[in-house]
Order: sequence, then structure tokens, then C-alpha cells
Amino acid sequence: MTVALFLIFGATALASALLSVTRKNPVASAMWLVLMFFGLAGNYVLLEAYFVAAVQILVYAGAIMVLFLFVIMLLDLRREQLESEPQPRLPFFGVAAAVLFIAVAAIALLDAVDAGVFPDAAARSTLELDGSAKAIGESLFGTWVLAFEVTGFLLLGAILGAVILTKRRLT
Amino acid sequence: MIPLVDLAVIAAPVLGLLADVWEFFSRGPDGAVTFGWVLGRIIVVLIIVHVLLILSALMVWAERRVSAWMQDRLGPNRVGPEGLLQPLADLGKFMFKEDVIPGHTNKLMYTIAPLITVVPAMITFAVIPFTGTFEMNTAGEEAAVSWQAADLNIGVLYILAITGLGVYGITLGGWAGNSKYSLLGGVRASAQMISYELSLGLAVVPVVLICGSLNLGEIVAHQADSTWLVFSQPLAAFIFLVAIYAETNRLPFDMPEAETELVAGYHTEYSSMKFALFFMGEYVAMVTGSALLVTLFLGGWTFFGLEQLGWWMGLLIFSAKVLFFLFAFIWVRWTIPRFRYDQLMKLGWVVFLPLTLVNVVLTAGAIALDANWIYWVLPLLVIGSALGAAYIGWKQDEHKIKPLPDAPGVAGGGEEA
Repeated sequence: MTVALFLIFGATALASALLSVTRKNPVASAMWLVLMFFGLAGNYVLLEAYFVAAVQILVYAGAIMVLFLFVIMLLDLRREQLESEPQPRLPFFGVAAAVLFIAVAAIALLDAVDAGVFPDAAARSTLELDGSAKAIGESLFGTWVLAFEVTGFLLLGAILGAVILTKRRLT
Repeated sequence: MIPLVDLAVIAAPVLGLLADVWEFFSRGPDGAVTFGWVLGRIIVVLIIVHVLLILSALMVWAERRVSAWMQDRLGPNRVGPEGLLQPLADLGKFMFKEDVIPGHTNKLMYTIAPLITVVPAMITFAVIPFTGTFEMNTAGEEAAVSWQAADLNIGVLYILAITGLGVYGITLGGWAGNSKYSLLGGVRASAQMISYELSLGLAVVPVVLICGSLNLGEIVAHQADSTWLVFSQPLAAFIFLVAIYAETNRLPFDMPEAETELVAGYHTEYSSMKFALFFMGEYVAMVTGSALLVTLFLGGWTFFGLEQLGWWMGLLIFSAKVLFFLFAFIWVRWTIPRFRYDQLMKLGWVVFLPLTLVNVVLTAGAIALDANWIYWVLPLLVIGSALGAAYIGWKQDEHKIKPLPDAPGVAGGGEEA
């Protein structure tokens, strides 16, 4: 049953991810992306990572995509405008992104093969994997606190950049 | 004709899968598979859905009757006793109205938008503990089982995640309508929701900090043991209440459908049952919002020990609290005029967001130092500064209104310059 659900959620996520990059209509793209988040959240639930699943929906589907939708509607691009837009061709970045993606996917796959795709309860307890809010909080603010802080600074930098870009004049 | 042997070969994996599905969904809290457990859950879910639907229909009636009462008129009183069957008559009217889908709309989005508004509002209720526990025989021994449909350990996060999805219905409905008023309503809805969801989430954080749990049942139990959280977190409770009004698009924050500016806002292009679904979504969201407020800040189904009389008493207490806040929704509607859009955004980002952030930090400090008086520092400061500001404004107004000798009837003092 777990495997069947995994296949259903995984297929949903993959299909809607594909549809979200191929749709012409930006609103349809955004909605397919929301469905993709649900597919991912379903898989997190199957891995008993309930906290991550809820946060996935809360942050991505509930807040970030609403913001995207707001911007898309505010711009209200017509189809002609979208098609006449010159497509920036940056082969270097394309190749770099592809290489990175393949590397990450390969590492994840190797890890999965090592651990077994669905580690049973005994294996999971030896791995000390626990999806509870407490476990995640402890590893986030304990083991990985440096990475957490660095991410925080990165986001702060992005916010400052956005403010400077939107403020035409800085005095 | 297929031989019987082949049938068995085909049937075996199908039956195996069905057995798997049954196993997956029928595990009780202690992991045992029982038929009674599944049946009980299904019945509870059916009851919740129907109570929500009937309550939202009754809210339409209550809204009109209470509005009439507050404006000294009668309201609908012809259909049934006191007009109680009016929602049924309205429903019949909605059902038999022509379902117009305007030609200039995006058909798919136009059709699913009303559904997206109703469903999240309804499934949020699954994790709300509306009364205590009951004894059930699972796997040979008596165990206390809670009445709510799902006893999630991350109940608070689930609720915040799901309530945030309701805005898609409104935004998409406004967009799919493809007219300027409905688009404006949809855009307003998305901006408003994002602004108030932050305060909503941050107002819940102190609750989680104090109770040390994301489970709604445990939050209620903690309040029954110590004190209702509205007494230790009055500011968070107030901001949560206001944010619920904004999230459900009720006056004074009904900007997405402000009828004096936007015709009817996001549902301008809707008719018949699709329009009714938007309506229903709003009312179900009101019921869920009230239930949440009661659960998080007002002790849920407990009332100073009275709930120990039995599960029915808990249910009565919970219903009474929720009905009071439902009444308050209507009460506020006819008391406070609608905010201007920029005032609404300013209130969310400039007032509520910093206040809730400071509140979270102070609460964490209070817990770390084990000093309960810290809880009250911020609320008292806010009340003090509000009173101070009101006093200064009043003094200035008094000063301004006086000299207007040459312009009779234009005494427009009192506005800020």
C-alpha cells in the first residue's frame, strides 16, 4: 500500500511539475506547481515526516504561490506579450543547472539504494530518523545551526537587494 | 469465456491490493485493525460535514435576522417558524437557477474555484477536538479515544496549512471571471491573505510555546490544567481574532467583495449554485475560525471542570462558545465600518506583524525565565499607547473644530491633515 501511494504521489508530482513548465498560461503553470507541492507533501507523509509535509503546504502552497499568483495577476500578461518576449539564451547556466541536478539526484539515489527505498521501522530507529517537530528543531538548531544561520543571512541579503532594486532613489 | 483459473489469477492481486488498502486505513490508534474503529471514524466525519453544512445554512438565516434585529426591522420570518426554513427555500432557488458560465471566462478554473473555497474550510475541522474522549474496546482492551475525526500530532500546523489554501478559490474565481471587478477582488484577496496569514501564524506560536505541543487536544488539556490562554496571551488572542476576520473576508475586512466599490468582488461573474458555494465557503470558514479561536485561546470544550459531567457536556460547552463567536461575526459587521484598503494592509504589516513578533520573543523569554508577569507587559503597553494616542487625537480635534465662522455646514474638522 505504501508503495502504491508512493507511486501515485510521485507520478502526480512529476506530471504536474512537467505540466507547470510546459503550460503557456502563467496562472495554469502556478496551479500545476501547487499540485506538485501536494504530491511532494504526500510523499513526505509516507516517510512519516509529518512536520515537513505540513510546512511544505504551509509555506510553499499557502504563502509563496499565493504571492506568485498575486504578481502574475497584477502583471496580467497577454499571450502575445509572452510569445514576443525575447528568450534569454544562457547555455552556460542551463548546463550548470543540469549537471548540478544530475549530481544531486545521483547522490540521493545512491543513498536510497544504501538505506533501502523504504527503510523498515528497525532500520529507521538505528538511523535516528524522526519526523517530529522536536527532532527537526533539535537538528536544525543543534547540528546544523551554522547552515541555518548562513541561510538566514542569504535570505536577508535577498530582501535587502529587493528593497534596493525597488527603491528608485536612495538618499 | 475466461476459465475460472485465470479469474483467480487476476483476482488474487486485486484482492491483495484491496486488503492492503483496508489495512492501511483501518489501523486504530494502537495499530490494531478493527471494524468498529473505521465505522466510528466514518460516522464522525459524516456528522461533522453535515453539522458544518447545516450550521452554515443557519448562519445565513441568523445573519439576516440578527442584522434586522440590530436595525430595528423584522427580517425573513415567513418560511417556517421564525423564518427558520428560509435557508432551505434559498437553497431551492439556487439549485433551480440557470447556471450561467459567461463566454469570456476560463471554464476549468471558473468551475473549480468555488470548490477550492469550500473544501479547505471544511477539512480543517477534522482536527478540532469538539469534546473529550470516549472508551472504546480496541484490540481487546479499553482505550480512551478522542471524538475528533483525526488526532494529529501536528494539528496546529495542519490547520494553518489548510486554511491558507482557501484563498486560491477566491483568487482563481476572481481571475477566471475575467472582468475588472472580479479580478480586482481576486488580487485584493491574495494580498490580504498573505498579510494576515503571517500575523495569524505568529499569534499561534506563543500558544505552542506555552503548551509545548502542536496537538490541539493537548493544547486544550493544558488550558484545562492551568488557565485559558486568553488570560496569559490576550494580545495574541486579539490579533488571532482580527486575523480570522480578515481570513474569512468578513466586515470590517471584506475588501475582496466590497460591494460599494467592486460590485460583488471576486464572485461578480458567478451565478446559481457556484455562487452559493462561495457563500457557503465563507460561512463554513467562519464556523471553523470560531472553533479554532475557542480551541486555542478559550479552553476548547472545557469550562472550569463542568465538562467532567460527560462528553455531551463538553459538546454543549464547545457549541456555546462557538455560537457566541459566530454571533460576534454578525455583531461586528454592523458595528465597525469597512477599512480602506491601504489601512487594512498597513494594519497587517506595520502594526500586527511587529507586535506578534515581539510577543513571540517575550513569551519565549517568559518561559525561559519562568516569569509569568512578562506575558502582560506587551498587552498593557499596547492598551496604554492606544489610549494615549486616542487622547492626543481627541485634544487636537477639540482644537481644530472651533473656528469656522464663514462656512456654515462645512465643519469637516476631525480628519487628519
